[in-house]
Amino acid sequence: MHPLLTELLASGPVLTDGAWGTQLQARGLAVGEFPDQWNVDHPERVLEVAQAYVAAGSRVILSNTFGSNRIRLAAHGLESRAVELNRRGAAISKQAAGGVAKVFASMGPTGLLLMSGDVTPEQVLAAFTEQANALAEGGADGLVVETMAEIEEACLAVKAARLTGLPVVACMVFDSGKDKDRTMMGATPEAAAAALVEAGADVVGANCGQGIAGFIPICRRMHAVVKVPIWAKANAGLPEMVDGVASYRTSSDDFASQIPELVKAGASFVGGCCGTSPAFIAAVRKQLLG
Amino acid sequence: MPDPKLLYDAVVSGDAKSSLAITQQALADGVDPLQLVNDYMVPAMDEVGRRFEANEYFVPELLISARAMKAALEVIRPLLVARGDKPVGRVAIGTVKGDLHDIGKNLVASLLEGGGFEVIDLGVNVPPEKFIEVINTRQANIVAMSALLTTTMPAMRTTIEALKKAGVRDKVKVLIGGAPITQKYADEIGADGYSENAVGAVALAKRAVAA
Repeated sequence: MHPLLTELLASGPVLTDGAWGTQLQARGLAVGEFPDQWNVDHPERVLEVAQAYVAAGSRVILSNTFGSNRIRLAAHGLESRAVELNRRGAAISKQAAGGVAKVFASMGPTGLLLMSGDVTPEQVLAAFTEQANALAEGGADGLVVETMAEIEEACLAVKAARLTGLPVVACMVFDSGKDKDRTMMGATPEAAAAALVEAGADVVGANCGQGIAGFIPICRRMHAVVKVPIWAKANAGLPEMVDGVASYRTSSDDFASQIPELVKAGASFVGGCCGTSPAFIAAVRKQLLG
Repeated sequence: MPDPKLLYDAVVSGDAKSSLAITQQALADGVDPLQLVNDYMVPAMDEVGRRFEANEYFVPELLISARAMKAALEVIRPLLVARGDKPVGRVAIGTVKGDLHDIGKNLVASLLEGGGFEVIDLGVNVPPEKFIEVINTRQANIVAMSALLTTTMPAMRTTIEALKKAGVRDKVKVLIGGAPITQKYADEIGADGYSENAVGAVALAKRAVAA
């Protein structure tokens, strides 16, 4: 195992962070505005979000770089800013982490499907290589390939991330099939975990897509087939619109109450995705300590 | 001479090459183009949908079946248009303003085409005015909107309001979908329908034009 992972896991399950987009919105990010742009335009507000997670007890925080691969950036006309946005994003999280937390910088999907030929494997690999290198230069301690729907894309991102020598987490979205235990492309947790480990991921898991209850069997199934640590960041249920703003049904305490089961199922990095906040992370921390 | 029944198999298995070859041969043999659509292709896409619901098929299989369907439709549609046959319905589809995600929208568009609809794909980040324009200029009778983000969902409501203001709301059925969308949300904003997935969207669109 990568020495940093050994160090982190020495004292039991590791608390990660929660959602960033909604926290940025609370600080003025407009509907449809590209969050990663704030690494340059409003770094102090991005720093506040990262600091809020550190204060809530996150031992690993991510970064505001989810959409900063050049393929996705191109949709915003920002592809020439890829290196800058990633470096700044990693550096902001690093500053917030101080000596207390580690920064596992975020790498989200390109938004294009390899299987429909909208993008080539070479383009995807090049985009993720550029992003991973910039994140490493910005001071990231690890990299998180997250919210992936297509195994091939996730594996290319893992390969790119590994070239930095940093530990690499890879997680996918399981939101399809009648039991919500498949990726959009139909992969099972077992198949996804095996493929991601094969590609070189040091940690595998699931994020987004559904509430925390569904993550328990997914973690159990991944844990049964691979030897690497398991990462889990669930949503706070499905959103409901209240006065034009998305609000999630699951409370921080409901969310945290499922954490012991999730850890028992094999998850060793736990946090939240859409709908979660520093309050959720604080509640999970209490649960982990309890 | 290939049996047109094989067209059904070609679409179900996603074999675009055979789908095209069988269609061309059948048309050369004088088979009615509409019969090819109604007797073989639509039932094939229904079977694809059934397999999707049964977790036997996932998005990759849907994509390749839709591609096989499309290969056949590309030679059939001009014949239908030339003799004045109308499509099942005309759909203006797009990802709402502020949202750039289009994987789900593209899949729905392909399956709707496979289901016999004429699809006008407006792309991503589509402002309400664009939908209104297409309703007026191309007589779309379905507006299909997609949003992946909770932050862009409200643009669906805004679009419906804009359709009302422009006096075209009654000319169309409004269908919505996307990861954060629920039936409850559809009801709340006054949409005519919601589907959880792309297969359901085709059935929904068919019900909408029949209503």
